[in-house]
Amino acid sequence: MSAPNNTYDPVEVAALAPDAVQRIQADALAAIAAAADLDQLKAVRIAHAGDRAPITLANAEIGALPPAARAEAGKRVGAARGAIRQALASRQAELEEERDRRVLVDEAVDVTLPWDRTAAGARHPVTTVGEHLADVFVDMGYEVAEGPEVEAEWYNFDALNFPPDHPARDQYDTIFVAGPDGAERSGVVLRTHTSPVQIRALLTRPLPLYVVSPGKCYRTDTLDATHSPVFNQIECLAVDEGLTMADLRGAIDAFVTAMFGAGLQTRLRPDYFPFTEPSADVSMQCHVCRGASTRPGGQPCRVCRSQGWIEIAGCGMVNPRVLVACGIDPERYSGFAFGLGIERSVMIRHGVADIRDTLEGDLRFSRAFGMEA
Amino acid sequence: MRLPLSWLQEYAAVELSADDDAGVAEMSWRLTNCGLEVESVETVGHDITGVIVGEVLGIEELTGFNKPIRYCHVSAGDGQERHVICGAGNFVVGDRVPLALPGSVLPGGFEIGARKIYGRVSEGMICSPAELGIGDDHTGIMVLAPDAPLGADFVSYAGLRDVVFDINVTPDKGFALSVRGVARELAISYAVPFTDPAGPVPSAVTGAGEGPGGAYPARIEDPTGCDRFVLREVLGVDPSAPTPLAMAVRLARSGQRSVSLAVDVTNYLMLELGQPLHAYDKAQLVGAVVVRRARPGEKLETIDHVVRELDAEDILIADDSGPIGLAGTMGGVHTEVSESTSDVVIEAGHFSARGVARMSRRHRLGSEASARFERGVDTELQRRASARAAAMLAEHGGGRVVPGCTYASVPVEPITITMDAGYPDRVAGVAYGTDTVTARLRDVGCTVASASGDRLIVSPPSWRPDITDPADLAEEVIRLEGYQNIPVHAVRAAGGRGLTGRQRLRRATGRALAYQGFVEVTTDPFASAADFDRLQLPADDARRLAVRLSNPLSDDEPLMRTTLLPGLMRTLARNVGRGFSDVLLFEFGLVFRPRPDGASFAPILPVDRSPSASEIAQLEAALPDQPLHAGVVLAGNAAPAGWWGPGRPAGWQDAIEAARTVLRASRVRFAIRTAHYEPWHPGRCAAVVVQDCEGREQVVAHAGELHPRVIAAFGLPVRSAAMELDLSVVEAAADALGPRQARPLSSYPVAVQDVALIVAQAVPAAKVESALRVGAAQAGDVLLEDLSLFDVYTGDQAGEGHKSLAYTLRFRAPDRTLTAEEVAAARDAAVAEAVRQTGAVLRSG
Repeated sequence: MSAPNNTYDPVEVAALAPDAVQRIQADALAAIAAAADLDQLKAVRIAHAGDRAPITLANAEIGALPPAARAEAGKRVGAARGAIRQALASRQAELEEERDRRVLVDEAVDVTLPWDRTAAGARHPVTTVGEHLADVFVDMGYEVAEGPEVEAEWYNFDALNFPPDHPARDQYDTIFVAGPDGAERSGVVLRTHTSPVQIRALLTRPLPLYVVSPGKCYRTDTLDATHSPVFNQIECLAVDEGLTMADLRGAIDAFVTAMFGAGLQTRLRPDYFPFTEPSADVSMQCHVCRGASTRPGGQPCRVCRSQGWIEIAGCGMVNPRVLVACGIDPERYSGFAFGLGIERSVMIRHGVADIRDTLEGDLRFSRAFGMEA
Repeated sequence: MRLPLSWLQEYAAVELSADDDAGVAEMSWRLTNCGLEVESVETVGHDITGVIVGEVLGIEELTGFNKPIRYCHVSAGDGQERHVICGAGNFVVGDRVPLALPGSVLPGGFEIGARKIYGRVSEGMICSPAELGIGDDHTGIMVLAPDAPLGADFVSYAGLRDVVFDINVTPDKGFALSVRGVARELAISYAVPFTDPAGPVPSAVTGAGEGPGGAYPARIEDPTGCDRFVLREVLGVDPSAPTPLAMAVRLARSGQRSVSLAVDVTNYLMLELGQPLHAYDKAQLVGAVVVRRARPGEKLETIDHVVRELDAEDILIADDSGPIGLAGTMGGVHTEVSESTSDVVIEAGHFSARGVARMSRRHRLGSEASARFERGVDTELQRRASARAAAMLAEHGGGRVVPGCTYASVPVEPITITMDAGYPDRVAGVAYGTDTVTARLRDVGCTVASASGDRLIVSPPSWRPDITDPADLAEEVIRLEGYQNIPVHAVRAAGGRGLTGRQRLRRATGRALAYQGFVEVTTDPFASAADFDRLQLPADDARRLAVRLSNPLSDDEPLMRTTLLPGLMRTLARNVGRGFSDVLLFEFGLVFRPRPDGASFAPILPVDRSPSASEIAQLEAALPDQPLHAGVVLAGNAAPAGWWGPGRPAGWQDAIEAARTVLRASRVRFAIRTAHYEPWHPGRCAAVVVQDCEGREQVVAHAGELHPRVIAAFGLPVRSAAMELDLSVVEAAADALGPRQARPLSSYPVAVQDVALIVAQAVPAAKVESALRVGAAQAGDVLLEDLSLFDVYTGDQAGEGHKSLAYTLRFRAPDRTLTAEEVAAARDAAVAEAVRQTGAVLRSG
């Protein structure tokens, strides 16, 4: 030791002697190493690092030393305390790790157990596909227009240029509403298509007009695998200055791309609807076989029945007579419309073979589609 | 419309063999692309081999069998006598017949061999028309003309190899219901010459109403029903004269039955020209033939042997004896040609399209003739078609044509359309140019003249009554130039406002219900009074007043639904029947409620201008209210059973919660009340009340457990529950709400207080809760952040007829930590209001 320690009192400061400090440290380290679990280590911590622990008491003695001796003793005790603290921490970590290993393994569960404690709900694909179809148009800037299902004949036929008694009306096998007095005809029908919504939109909305109207329609069709007397249609109508069939084709192609994917050709063939002139039916290249089924050696295609094309919609340029019936100047405005069956779209897109599956309300049908088809 | 290729080729000079599959496919493609959709292409005659023209040399009648059997000696022209068994008896020795020798094949892959039958060896067979695939007559052998070349191949002799196009003719294209019309389209498409089968108008024509000496007299009494009427006479026709084989084959290919020469000739020409014709037995006519409307009480037995009561609007062909035919629809049985008719009067008329349409619909009597008149028949065909008919009848039936005809006509205003020459270009978005436009219009038969200002004056041909507007002319140009040649323009952005709030809400509501476990279904929208009975609806319930259909799909369901529940319940029962025990269903759909003060008739407004506001109001007044409803039904477990334990049974609570779910999605404030309403259990039914968009309180939904009798009537599992809600009202109320406004979030501590209140059993919890909220709201700026019911107790300690409701109240202030005194004061204020409103007693301890 250094020279100034000549006033050193061996009785009062025994605990601060180098060997004493060393012993305290050694005892503590041995106890720490011997602690078998976290509880024992907790006791060891109290015994060897707590308020009454020898090293703590030794530390308290430092103040009693002559100033010259304090620094050296402090250093010695500090080193010992550090060693004890570090040993405690590392033993704590060791024991925690050991406990985690043991306990968390014991607590392991079968995470593959089911937990579907809420019933599996679903929306009907006619709803969700209808929304999807509408959204495609909404994204092109159309607005969704709606109308009543029990509709005045004038909206359903006359305003759409179905002349009275024209055989064109016969194609729309109509369900008629009886008058309150029992009369067979009351000028009211179950709408046979969503086209009357076109008239309602033309009469009430400002031009230019871009609307899409989904909805339920009714005809006296016999229910079979591909026909239902109650079905849903969606129809778009654009009336603006200078619209042409080329614009109609553009809208159709954009629609097909959004619904069925890019790169599918579409084709128009002449057809007849009183409310459009010219009129056409729209086919698209089969989105499944893309025409491969029609080539020599091609695999048969169930979706297009190996035709290569699928008829998806009817369309045409709005007949100027329809515009006149809605008070719109056909010299200034022109328009196009196209419409398709939503059930048919569901069937084509999702491989539904029988339209009756969409009608029966069997849980399994909707559930298979979940929230969005 | 079934059209044999060979018939079309007679008038359109297209070189094409029936064996050329690629060529046939191209023709089919061309027809479809000019607007004549080919639904099917049928190859005929290719499946017959080895049939030759034979001759009957001798007939042995065999006896001892249960029907007459002939053992025939036949010649195949090779000098060898053969023997065949035959069950028909309509031929004699010397007749030429189709003979199928062993080794022949008949339609359907039917191979002919020599075999023993009726005790004899039959070396082949002699054939009926049906066996040869020409018509459905299998009652007798097909007896050929005496000059049929013995031993010739029958298929080539009869021209059986052909291709038949079946075309779906749209209602505007009356001209395409004929070989003439379709051949013209083909000639345009292939740019080959077209020969008009109608030929030129014959010169010798007598005036209307001409008396004896000319053809049979006739006149038009009602010019609104008929504008052209022609009669011709052929005398001395052999009633038994056979229809020529070529004609019979074509009729069969076109789907027409061979009846008699006179009828076959009229049908043949109708198919070829598109002009319906009728043949009368002159001996049965009495006095002049008149076209007129029916008179009160008149009746007519048509050739389908139905006696029809005539309507004053019916357009009739009549003579002095009364009605003899429904004009352009069907003739009368009394004047039709029969097996003894030798003097024939041929009629070719042009009748009002609308008049024929109404008549055929009124009598539910569609015919080949009415289909053509409804769609429009050429106004200039009657003399030509009748002349050809007379000539053919004379030629094949050995008759003598009475020169001239009776021709009654009403002047018809010709149609001319003035069209800007650039109009088709503007419709298509293609620069065709005036020359192309003019050429295409001339192709279809229009007369085109130029007028000032680049305008065209166009007169459509007499066979195209469908062309009336510039738009029709544009379509002709565009379809002939090809839809496939129209370019595709990129979509213009239209600048819409997206979905409306209501539309977004509907989607959100559907998703909310689905996430709660409900599965969306669609149900039958039709209803019956029996459903209303099963629902236990009182006699005066508004839901019994329903829209009635004149021609329902099913007589059992003549009404439109006024509630979604019966459909949902049936769907629930169907799912249970299919083995599903836990069934939660929902549906969104319109229901239909006639307005008590609604108009009984929606007028048919004019279409040459837009309707006035009052006219539109007249239409709307005749329509029922059509609110959108949401309905749910549920049975079994609402939360499924599993390895975790039993499921939670679905019940009234889930049904009411479904209503809450919808309303929460809408943000519309609502209250739940106790209710009695069919078809619910009287003690387990809630009404949901909202403030509608005009601030009135309105019941928007009922929910709860279904009445046991209703459950039994619909065959549902016990304790099934249901909810029905008027989404239209909720949507309107939600629409009226502005955007939701956020509240500042206080970061001061929460103070939690529990209170238990004892109330009478009959006091609804909703009322206690609302009173607690009202009371708490009176406690200054202390915010009742949340209130939850954590216990409902009905044991002894609550007392007889009482229940204890225990609530946790969470208070917080926006700007400070609440003191114990403030919290106690707020709680006391809440309790005091509950005591005041519900007679609650604070439960001590």
